[in-house]
Parts: sequence; C-alpha cells; structure tokens
Amino acid sequence: MTTINLEEQFMNRLALDEKIEPKDWMPEKYRKTLVRQIAQHAHSEIVGMLPEANYISRAPSLRRKAALLAKIQDEAGHGLYLYCAAETLGVERDTLFEELHSGKAKYSSIFNYPTLSWADMGAIGWLVDGAAILNQVPLCKCSYGPYARAMVRVCKEESFHQRQGFEILLTLSNGSEAQKQMAQDSLNRWWWPSMMMFGPSDADSTNSEYSMKTKIKRFSNDELRQRFVDATKPQADILGLTIPDPNLKYNEETKHWEYGEIDWEEFNNVVQGHGACNKLRVKARKDAWEEGQWVRDAATAYAEKKELRKSQTKQVA
Amino acid sequence: MSNSKSWPLWEVFIRSKHGLSHKHVGSLHASDADMAIENARDVYTRRQEGISIWVVESKSITASDPKLNDAMFEPAEDKVYRHPTFYELPDELKHM
Repeated sequence: MTTINLEEQFMNRLALDEKIEPKDWMPEKYRKTLVRQIAQHAHSEIVGMLPEANYISRAPSLRRKAALLAKIQDEAGHGLYLYCAAETLGVERDTLFEELHSGKAKYSSIFNYPTLSWADMGAIGWLVDGAAILNQVPLCKCSYGPYARAMVRVCKEESFHQRQGFEILLTLSNGSEAQKQMAQDSLNRWWWPSMMMFGPSDADSTNSEYSMKTKIKRFSNDELRQRFVDATKPQADILGLTIPDPNLKYNEETKHWEYGEIDWEEFNNVVQGHGACNKLRVKARKDAWEEGQWVRDAATAYAEKKELRKSQTKQVA
Repeated sequence: MSNSKSWPLWEVFIRSKHGLSHKHVGSLHASDADMAIENARDVYTRRQEGISIWVVESKSITASDPKLNDAMFEPAEDKVYRHPTFYELPDELKHM
C-alpha cells in the first residue's frame, strides 16, 4: 500500500465522520497538529489554575471558597485528561512539561493577565470559561477519538464554572456602588482579552484551514467569536454592566451584534511573552515541578521497594 | 534517581452505582497500583461517578489490530438473522 492510498483512505474515513483512534494510520501533519493543539489546551488548564489560586485564601465566604476550590480542582483534572489524550499520539508527558517550562509550548494568553480584585474571579468564570465552553463544545465532535472523549468530560464538568462566575458578578453588581464599580472594572479589563481567546481572524489564522479540513475544528475563529458576543451581550445587560466597546451595536438584518476592532498588536505581544504575567506563570509551573521532584522520587523508590519485597517473598515461598 | 523515567501509565475503569460493568474512563500516571487507585478517585470520580474502580497498567492490555478490522468484524455484517427484527411475525402478535 502506498502513502497516497492511506491518505485517501484517511480522508474517506473523515468524510464518513468516523473517529480516528490512536493505532489507526494518520498523516504526520494530522498527528503533529493534534499534539500541538491538545498540549496547548492541557497547558492552558494547568496554567489557568494560577490566576484563580491567588484568591482561594481571600474568597469572601466559605461558599465562594468551596466553589472556587472545586473549579480549580476541575481544571487540574481537565489538564490531566488532556495530557493523556496527547500521550495517545506517542508523545511523553515529561516532554510536554519540558516544552511548557522552556517556553517552546504555548498556552492560552488570557492567563498572562493579572487578577487584581475578587470581581476577577467572577469575570474569569463568566467570560473566560464562557469563551472556553464555546471553543470546547464543538471539540466534542473532533475527528480524533481520545480528544473528543476528553472534551465530553470537560464540557460536562465546566458548565458550573461559568455559572459560579456569573453569580459572583451578579452579587457584586447588586451590591454597594463600590462593589458595582469593582465588577465593571473587572469587565473592562477582561472583555478584550476574552475576545482574543478565539485566536486570530480567519484571514490570519495559519493553522485553521488544515484543522477544519481534517475535522479537528468545526467552526472558524470568527464564527465562534461572533457567537460569544451574541451570547454575552444580553448577559451583561442582566448584570447591569457595560461592555467596553463603543462600537458594539445590533444589526437588525444579520441578527448579530457587531463589535469594534480587536487590538491584535496587544494579542501578539502577549503571545510572544510580553504580557504582564508570562514570566510569573511559567516560573510558578517550573518551581512546582522542581520542588515536587523529591515527592516523585520517593514514590518511585517506594514502588520499587514494594516490588522487590514481593519478588523476594515469592522466592522464599 | 532524579532522572528516572516518568511513572507508568494506568488505564482506569469505573463502575457506576447502577450495577453496570466497569467502563473505561481514561488513563493516568502513578508510581504503583495503590497510587493509581487514589489518583483515579480524584481525577475520575469527583461527582459520584462510581462505586468501584479498576486500574490496569496500560502495557498489560492487548488490543486488536485496526489494520485487521475487516477480517475481525466483517463476518458479523451479513448475519442479520442474529437479530430479532429479522423474523417476520403476524401483526396480531402484539408482544414477543
């Protein structure tokens, strides 16, 4: 069988909406695209814990603290599901970590922005998780089986994340003038970075075409961004908060909200490592990895000792 | 020691409350079986998904070869008589 034949068969399977599984033949480009995307997604879940961890000890009530802890624990879990999905493509977990620590691998730029007030826990849940859900729901139908299955679990668990964020902002916007101001300030800072979460405009998105062709991705960046704006504007109205975009206006014909120009220069700067917290985030991950080395070593030594004892007992018997 | 390779990979199977078979839910790394069970509890049952966990080291699993799928699974394709709907029964027979 020639490679051309295999490639044709592969595309035929995609056309029939069959899932591609780890041991199936796949083009190298498909494998590489998936490894890059799934790893980036996993890193985003793991790094995404850091801006919120900042507020665990300062949550305003036990209820809020329990919810925030549960959300962050979910994110750790989601990172683990995704690393496993990436590993089915033949890449080692440690290699993925090394790429995150060395800066070779990217994660969602949104986590390079600082969390300055408690209201940011609300804005992250509402906007950042809201945008993530819109990105992730179509991934449940991704052509690669292990990724799709991981996303089903993630999406099921994530719906509470957005609700808890919205509830935080709703409470603040119904509170004192200062609390409402805090909520508005948070929306002002998180709106545009959330819009950027969908990635570059379709015309400038280098990886989109291949991902759409191979059904890794089902909707374009701009399509998903539009859905986000349409879903979020009425929610902001319920909160009584103003989206910081003077050009936001409803188009009666298209039935969509039109929005202003995104600052792509800021986006590129943050992607390239010049955001407020890039260095801090990667350092926190590296420290956690290095300081945890003795724990990993101890567990390995303990497992080896138990294994050895078991074989010795067998020999005696 | 500190250069030791990463912990082995384990496949996790969970049985829900409803008495169905253990079902594969995913995989994780752990240094030994006990840790694999504990990690599986934290990673895969945060919302009461199960009442029993199995873990199996991934390398112990033998899988069928997808390249041989035709030979493996095609023979069942033309045996419709193995399904109840194959049989023609009179309309007045309401339950069977």
